[in-house]
Amino acid sequence: MSPGALLGPVFAPGFFDNEAVHVALAIGAAVAVVTGVVGVFTVMRGQSFAGEALGDIGTTGGSAAALVGAGPLAGFVAVDVLAAAAMELVGVQRVRGRDLATGIVLGAAIGLAALFLYLDSTQGTGGSSTVTILFGSIFAISSSTIPAVVALAALAVGLIAGLYRPLLLSTVSPEMAAARGIPVRLVGALYLLALALATALAAITIGTILSTALLIGPAAAALRLTRRPLRAMLAAIAIGIAATWIGIVLAYDSYHWPPQEHGWPVSFFVVALVFALYLLSGLVEWRREKGA
Amino acid sequence: MFSGFMVNAWTVSGIVAVVAGVVGFFTVLRGSAFAAHAIPNGSFAGAAGASLVGVGTLLGLGVFAFVGALGIGLLGRRGRHDAVTALMLVTMLALGALFVSLGSQYAPEVYSLLFGEVLGISSNSVAPTLILGVVCVAAIGLLYRPLMLSSTLPEVGEARGIGTFAIELAFLGVLALATAMTVPVVGTLLIFSLMIGAPAAARSLTDRPGVAMALSVVLALAVVWFAIAASYETDWPVGFFVGTASAAVYVAARLWQVGRERYGRRRALGSVA
Repeated sequence: MSPGALLGPVFAPGFFDNEAVHVALAIGAAVAVVTGVVGVFTVMRGQSFAGEALGDIGTTGGSAAALVGAGPLAGFVAVDVLAAAAMELVGVQRVRGRDLATGIVLGAAIGLAALFLYLDSTQGTGGSSTVTILFGSIFAISSSTIPAVVALAALAVGLIAGLYRPLLLSTVSPEMAAARGIPVRLVGALYLLALALATALAAITIGTILSTALLIGPAAAALRLTRRPLRAMLAAIAIGIAATWIGIVLAYDSYHWPPQEHGWPVSFFVVALVFALYLLSGLVEWRREKGA
Repeated sequence: MFSGFMVNAWTVSGIVAVVAGVVGFFTVLRGSAFAAHAIPNGSFAGAAGASLVGVGTLLGLGVFAFVGALGIGLLGRRGRHDAVTALMLVTMLALGALFVSLGSQYAPEVYSLLFGEVLGISSNSVAPTLILGVVCVAAIGLLYRPLMLSSTLPEVGEARGIGTFAIELAFLGVLALATAMTVPVVGTLLIFSLMIGAPAAARSLTDRPGVAMALSVVLALAVVWFAIAASYETDWPVGFFVGTASAAVYVAARLWQVGRERYGRRRALGSVA
């Protein structure tokens, strides 16, 4: 049997020649690298809610960008960075009351998003922008966005790499970090900036309100497989890329699934795969604990 | 503004505000802001799925809210609670995205599920909302003492035989119930603002729990009714006013608190000198 016949049922015809697929694969991989690296720290620091909030707040940016005719990525980045600064000011750095600070900023931002989306729909840009911003559409990204995505990805990974040691210490033990003279609050603020960038990137691939899946899922699964941060990052990147790419393949195939008119959303496959991999990692962890 | 269908809007949103104020008080006290965000938000999938298979929205919302609450409670027991909450939320949302794309819903319907459609409430939704609201408040009333104890002093609660986990599950259940009744009115994204903003503001105005809860209900009512009136006048979405007014109430309460503390300290210093 030839390899083509074997792979035929997996890759629908035209998969490898389709430019939208190429762009989606490239952006998916770049984003998975960033979310893997940043996400491990997000999970270790217990800041999943901040990540989730920044993702949702991206909606405000995306809808505002649609209003003025700019691309969604610019809106996501601008508003997420602003929101991260607002959370830092309201007091996200204290563990106590942190969820509350996040929640208040999130609530206000969603209110604004409601207004912008409404104005978008009255301006005749088409109501479809609501669904696109919220749930993403990776096949609709133009190849001209790739340089911006790669640059932002490099910036976020560079931030984490540059901060690695102080960030790790202030994550594991803020007291010890402070005793060694590390500016814990500054490190936390810079980390929040990297988180804002990672969330904005995740938002263009699978949508603002689903972006947390890529940020938290692979990292949480990886941290169940290994306790070492660097290994966890590599594992998270691998899980993220696997989920995104398999999701893209399945979504491409699903054009032939019922109901026939259109394909199933990519974001659904990606998130479902991430969740399945998280549950699977729990099984691995459980078996190892039982063996030990 | 007070005629015909608007009467339904005032009534239903009033009930919603009372429930949000009461349940929200404990949400803030227990630091469950994330769960209060995740359960309503995830139940969006239930509403989208309900219209796909042709059953009532309320049923879909209820089922998904309870599944979400159970998932967060049970999976969170092992592993990291906040990461599990986030994953549960996005998985349900992704199902919602799938249902929306499979069904024949148009963007405006998605929008009104997420951000609410308080001005389109019909008179036959008043009775179910009222019943569910009464059940919610009664459940909190029954749970009041153990819930208060295990939220503020979990160790003492455990010593008295109040299981922290059982209370957590019970509370998530009430949250799910509140979600099912409030989402059709204010939307999955905005019930959260209402549950956090007003109670958090009330908590920074007083230390007494009973007073804080009453205040939280009053503030939630004020926010919702202001939002409806403003939305009626401007034609802008009610969600915008709920979200921003909740945050504004909280900021005002915090400023008041900070000002009072400063003033109190200066007076204390003055009397020493």
